[in-house]
Parts: sequence; structure tokens; C-alpha cells
Amino acid sequence: MGMSLGGVLNFLVSFAIMASIYAILAIGLNVHWGYTGLLNFGIAGFFALGAYTSALITSPKPVGIMANYVRQAIGLNLPFLLGIAGAAIVSGVIAGVIGILTLRLSEGYLAIATIGIAESIRIFINNESWLANGPQGLIGLPRPLHNIVPRCYYNYLYLVIVSIFLTVIYFAVERGIRSPWGRVLRAIREDEIMVSADGKNVFFFKLQSLIFGAMIMGIGGALYAHFSAAIQPGVFEPLFGTFIIWAMLTLGGTGNNKGAIIGSFIVWALWSWSTFLIFKVVPRGFETRAPYIRYVLIGLLLIFIIIKRPKGMLGEEAHVSEF
Amino acid sequence: MNSGNDSIILSLQDVNKHFGGIKAVDGVSFDVASHRITGLIGPNGAGKTTLFNLISSFYRPDSGRIFFKGERIDSLSLHQTFHKGLCRTFQISRELKFMTVLENLMLVPPDQEGERLWRNWFSRGLVRRQEKDIREKALSVLDESGLFKLKDEYAGNLSGGQKRLLELARTMMAEPELILFDEPGAGVTPGERKILANRIQKLVSEKGVSVFLIGHEMELVMDICNPIIVMDRGRKLMEGGPAEIKKDSRVLEVYLGGAAK
Repeated sequence: MGMSLGGVLNFLVSFAIMASIYAILAIGLNVHWGYTGLLNFGIAGFFALGAYTSALITSPKPVGIMANYVRQAIGLNLPFLLGIAGAAIVSGVIAGVIGILTLRLSEGYLAIATIGIAESIRIFINNESWLANGPQGLIGLPRPLHNIVPRCYYNYLYLVIVSIFLTVIYFAVERGIRSPWGRVLRAIREDEIMVSADGKNVFFFKLQSLIFGAMIMGIGGALYAHFSAAIQPGVFEPLFGTFIIWAMLTLGGTGNNKGAIIGSFIVWALWSWSTFLIFKVVPRGFETRAPYIRYVLIGLLLIFIIIKRPKGMLGEEAHVSEF
Repeated sequence: MNSGNDSIILSLQDVNKHFGGIKAVDGVSFDVASHRITGLIGPNGAGKTTLFNLISSFYRPDSGRIFFKGERIDSLSLHQTFHKGLCRTFQISRELKFMTVLENLMLVPPDQEGERLWRNWFSRGLVRRQEKDIREKALSVLDESGLFKLKDEYAGNLSGGQKRLLELARTMMAEPELILFDEPGAGVTPGERKILANRIQKLVSEKGVSVFLIGHEMELVMDICNPIIVMDRGRKLMEGGPAEIKKDSRVLEVYLGGAAK
């Protein structure tokens, strides 16, 4: 109608980029929850750590007049791939610390700790303005390979970059999960005590799972930062950073990485496209409030899946181990 | 009953464990001989399972010492005792419900190369070779256990008796020197109990494993165990062969109550 073909394509490409980034986060959650049974309600924390770490590593420290407006403790001006690596390492290290403190306790404590730490990270970044410019956030983050294509086509290139990351992460996780390593994780999910009686160091395996999944989430965060080119703490609130990802994994199929990807695309489509629909149906004057109805919809969707189809669309395969 | 010059594989010396005011295990000492099936019986609450939990390092004793092959094991953790060659089953059978019977077995062998994540990315051939050996071994154990046809079934779908057989098969994957069976005959049909008894005897005669077994129902214990240790209210009451146990007035009293005499 009003939209040109190019506009539709542009919309679809940025939709696919965001959905793919969410798919990476959902695969990370699948390592934690789907395969190991670790309740991580603090995805947003690792998401934020990844995004901010990569931002600080890759962007230059503001100088001159900019330094008056943008406060940034670190600005290393290093290449994109180092930003990604840094994001994975920082998320992994923080996950390791959380794990050492909480993984010996029963699973509920991990959920409490992760949700608390995720909020602490967000509030810390928000209040400690010297670190990364507080609530205003960082803007103009470098976009990898931006000078090889015209600006208006950049998103096509970024979609390729994100797809490469998603593909590599997908296959790395698949191979890990279908291996004896993944077999131990799935066994821990089923019955920790029995796995200890089988001579496996359960704590150590849970720690590995927590770190590995968090590193993937950190990479997702970094990819988000370089796509949006602007990040603020508000992005990493529990809904966008955590619960929408739970909805994606649960819808697609807990314990299935293909499901994690499919779920991410579907939920993100519902989320970003329902705006248009909602604007059409609400009475005049309610347009600005209407989008919040989607928060309710995400909750309803989760409840519906858990009651009607707890395994999600795909669910775990009967034969996972194959090597 | 007289173990003669059999060597001792497990030795308990004055082991105590209490929960609050209850002395679940109260100054228990005994030895378990190698290459035998030693039984442990006693009425409900006698402390049998607590004793097993102490031996397998699931709990730590309040005092006393536990030796396995002459080495103290009472301060290890559960996964460490396994590596010493001691393997246990549980009173209520545990299995990995949403994993196949074959996966339940393949999990068990210790120190698998593929348990290191990076090996699966960078030394795939090594993991593959080892995985092939483990699979073959698991399949042959399943064949012996009569569970071969169920190999791709989720373990949670098995019947009570099949779960007991699975438990037994899992211990065989571990190649332990001593197996602690906690009521292997609970919740199985008389026919299945016979098969189980037979398989346990074979483990000892063919594979040279030592077995220490808690029995609730007398038949299984009297048929295959010798010697038998009797516990009552946290203490060791007596030890002897099946015939001796059956005749002993203290045992009768514990099981039937003083009034029955």
C-alpha cells in the first residue's frame, strides 16, 4: 500500500537481523535450560555485558568537544572481531563467578541470583555514568565493514554477518550437545544425584554449561550493539532482555536448537508486526498506550504454550546423542 | 559364612551417623569380603540405606572410619568414590527418564574423551572411535540383560522390573569392584526377581565383582547372600549364613516382635 518494495525489503532485512540475534540468545538459553536444566532468568545481564563490552572495545574514546557530552571509561578502538571475543570472554567470566557462588545450591537459587545480577548490571551501567555514559548510552558504535557497501545497503551485509555467527554457533552447540559432553548435561537435567553416583563431577559440568551459554549470549549482545549502533541501559530490561527469549525458546521447542531459531523468528514477528495491527484496531486517543498490550500477549502466549504444548513446536528429539 | 582367607574389600570401623536426636547408624563395624554376595537385612528404620549412603559417600559419618581396598573413603564425595571402583544403586530406582536406555548406559563409562567440550570440535575422530567402543559395549551389556529390544526407548517408559535390570546393566558399564545394591528386588514380579538374582550371581562368578546387597524381602537374600548381616535400630545385631540367621532367636524377635514368641 503505502510502502514501496524497497521499504518492505528493508523492513524484512532488519526484522531478520533482530530475529537472528534473538535466535543466538535463545540457543544460549537452550544450553542452560533446555539441555542442563539451569534456570537462567538473567539473560538480559549477559546480553548487556556483551553489548557494552564490545562497544567499549571497538569504539574510540571521545575527544575534544564530544568528551564533554559522552563519558566513556574505556574506548579501545579495536576491530569488530576483538569486540565479539571480548564480549564472549567477559560474559563467560561473570557467568563463572555467578556459577561458583550459586551452582552448588538448588536450582531455584540460580534463578534468583541471575535475575538479581542482571538487574544489578543494568542499574550499575545506568547510574555509573563515568563507565558508559549512563542512561544516555553510547551512540555511533562502529559497524563492521561499513565502507565496503553503500550505506543504504548496509543491513544486507550485516544480515550476512549475523547469519554467519548464527550458523557457526548453531553447529558448535549441536555438536557439543550430541556428544558425550552433551549427554552428561542432559543427564544432569534428568537426575543430578544419579549422575554424581556415575562418577561425574556435576558441579563442574554445570559450570561449563553456564559459562558456554553465557558466552553465546554475550556474542548475541555484541551483534546487537553493532547493529543498532546505539545502546542504552533501558534496552536490557527484563522483558526484552530475558522473558521474550524464554517465550521464543518455549514456543519453538525447549531442547531443540532448530526450535530455538524458529521460535525466535515467530515471536519477533508477532512482536514487531502486531504494532501495525494494534494501531488499526484501537480507538482514537489510545494509540500511544496500545503497544503495551503486547506485553500481555507475550505472557498469554507463554501460558498457552506451557498448558497446551509444553514441548513447544519441535520439542527435543528422541535421539540426541549421535557421534 | 566363615569367610576363611577371602580378602576384605570393604571395612567399617565404629561408624556413627545421627540425624537430630535419631541415631540412624550407631557404632557399626563389619567387613565385607571380596568375590561374595554379602546381604544386609533388618526391619524398616534399621539404618540400612543410611549405611549405604555413608559407604557411597552420599553422607559423611559423624565418626568412625570406612576403608575400601584398605584406603579411607569416608571423606570423599559421591563422584569420587565411583572412581575408586565402588558403584551403587538406589532404593527407588533412578533412571534418566527422557534419555534412551542406550544413552543411560553410554553415560556411565568414566573419563570419556568426548566429555571435554572442545574435543568434540577439534578431535572428532578420537571421540568417534571411543564412542563406537562404548556403544558396542553398551549393546552387548543390553543383550546380556535382555534389554536389547528396548535400547531406543525412553528409560522413563520401562516397567518396574525393567528399570531394575537397567540399573544392573548400568553397574556393568562401570566395571566396578564392589556394587552396593539397595533393594534390587523391590517392585518387581517374582519371575523378574529370579532373573535379577541370577544376573547378580553371574556378576560375581563370571566378572569377579563383589556385591553388598540390601534386601527387604527375605527370599532373594536367603537365596543368594552369604554371609548376611542383620541390623536393628542402627546397630549391627548379628552376622552369619542364611541357615544360622533363620534360626536365630534375636532375628526372629526383631522381625516378628517379642510378642510372637
